[in-house]
Amino acid sequence: MSFHPPMEYTPAKFHRSERKLAEPGEPFTYTAENQKKFDEVVQRYPPDRRKSAILYALYLVQNQQGYITAAGMRLVAEQIRCTPAEVEDVVSYYTMFYTRPVGKYVLNVCRTLSCALLGAERVTEELSAKLGIKPGETDPTGTFTLVEVECLGACDRAPVVMVNDDWHEGLTPEQCATFVDDIRARGQSAFTGCHLRKEGGPAEAGPYERK
Amino acid sequence: MPYQPVLTSHVNEPNSFTLDFYLKNLRGYEGLRKALTQKPNDIIEQVKASGLRGRGGAGFPTGMKWQFVLKDTPKPKYIACNADESEPGTFKDHVLMERNPHLLIEGCAIACYAIGAKVAYIYIRGEFFHVQQILEAEIEKAYKAGYLGQNILGSGFDCDVFIHRGAGAYEAGEETALIESLEGKRAQPRLKPPFPAVEGLYNCPTAVNNVETLCNVPPIVLNGAEWFAKMGPEKNGGPKLFCISGHVKKPGVYEASMNTTLRELIYDYAGGMRGDRAFKAIIPGGSSVPLLLEKDLDTPASFDAIQKAGSLLGSAGLIVLDDTVCMVWLAMNLLHFYRHESCGKCTPCREGCDWLYKLLLRLERGEGQAKDLDLLFGVSNNIVGKTLCAFGDAAATPVLSTMKLFRAEYEAHVREGRCTLPADWRARTPALAGAH
Repeated sequence: MSFHPPMEYTPAKFHRSERKLAEPGEPFTYTAENQKKFDEVVQRYPPDRRKSAILYALYLVQNQQGYITAAGMRLVAEQIRCTPAEVEDVVSYYTMFYTRPVGKYVLNVCRTLSCALLGAERVTEELSAKLGIKPGETDPTGTFTLVEVECLGACDRAPVVMVNDDWHEGLTPEQCATFVDDIRARGQSAFTGCHLRKEGGPAEAGPYERK
Repeated sequence: MPYQPVLTSHVNEPNSFTLDFYLKNLRGYEGLRKALTQKPNDIIEQVKASGLRGRGGAGFPTGMKWQFVLKDTPKPKYIACNADESEPGTFKDHVLMERNPHLLIEGCAIACYAIGAKVAYIYIRGEFFHVQQILEAEIEKAYKAGYLGQNILGSGFDCDVFIHRGAGAYEAGEETALIESLEGKRAQPRLKPPFPAVEGLYNCPTAVNNVETLCNVPPIVLNGAEWFAKMGPEKNGGPKLFCISGHVKKPGVYEASMNTTLRELIYDYAGGMRGDRAFKAIIPGGSSVPLLLEKDLDTPASFDAIQKAGSLLGSAGLIVLDDTVCMVWLAMNLLHFYRHESCGKCTPCREGCDWLYKLLLRLERGEGQAKDLDLLFGVSNNIVGKTLCAFGDAAATPVLSTMKLFRAEYEAHVREGRCTLPADWRARTPALAGAH
């Protein structure tokens, strides 16, 4: 005989977790080119350690469809030969993976100390006002997503904004409005990129080649 | 004699990242060539004799680390290069990888040879994609030129260098968390021991080294241990990169010996305080170390001297603060970082960082009470030393350090219900001269 009171598993008593499930998404497969890239990269790791390529596999999914859906995670699980739950475990940990649709340009404003000392909070405010969205949101046209992130590792050029995989350095609050217009007009060429020249150094030596 | 840069001597010149430039101007791959004529153990001895200490933060002697790597085992061995540079205030590896990538590649190859590894993985943070592209292209060139791959320079030694891109996790900079992330899991630290030197990547012996550490290896092999040790104070030899950011006129990466004092770094190298304002405090080694004050500025920026002064050199990320900075705000800003980046494995850190942030936010807004100060102290001390990795200590440090040195500011926030510093300080955003 049990000493515990009887438990009722009626729908009224039973609560599912309120955790948002990843969007199922359309059926998903890699393009032939991405599949080739994955097959190549997975060779870098020992044959019984395919799971090491999981981050790379997820980047491929994200680059192909903009964000990571449940269908994408299932594909990665198949490729890596692990369970979808293990893939979701990894996706939910790393901040650079998106599980919801994001804008064409994701503005990641660094908010950690060195950038904050030089006005990163105001940069976020200005961008937020210009775009009419709060940090974490995407504008209605789907062009911009504004995100606050932690240290990007370019503290000498604060405040720094990472836009997708590119950088824009030394963005002052005053420049924010024109910066947004500039991206709308010129796309990627509006970013300064990362330039590693000491102030006072031979900056005139010319930009180094970039791929 | 003025200091001659070793690691960053040519970084300001165009195309300094190319293989041709490296071979022509920097005695490229001569260190590797020389190393391959010696026994692996001799190289470890040389690195030990040089006194090279890990540049990632802990300052552990690199030679010892390599010696601890289990040699008589059938398992493969690995080098994991830590390029997950995420410590706030640190941006030195970035320069090395983008402007002098072959030095790192050569360092990886020599390290592999020394510990008997055949593969080195460079774990680069996801945000450094532009750096990764350069590094990948240069690795490919090194393969084509025969400095990597099979039978390097006819010596019969094989070595592969691969890049592994992270995806935004500060915690991946911790060595066991980096290994977990390399294995395709969440970047969470492991219980130590066993240390990575015995059971690291794929449960095989692994040496995890910072980018700058590995970049110091080719010059040591080339010029000898004595040359390296003589550069700087005892046990703190060799060139060191200092990342100076915050309220200085010329923030940037500067190479100097560890004889250089903090004052010289701020006033000579970085051009002094921005707007010639008064100096208030400095964080000498990335956000995770205690602050130092004006009276400590004549300390040489070496591992031992800074430790004696009550802080740590850490990753040598110097964040300079002028008299406008509110210390409660500073602690709050940093705790926002630690709260976000805590990996969640150990309860004291996961829950503690969140509570510290909430308390600091309340204080900073002027809604705090006197008892909150004791609570801050209590929560911090319940994190320190109670976690698997050093993250917990790092997270509590900004709070404990600012409370110790600037307790009056905390008390003023409670008493006045607001920050007593000039109200417009946060609106003050000096334009970055000559940035664009």
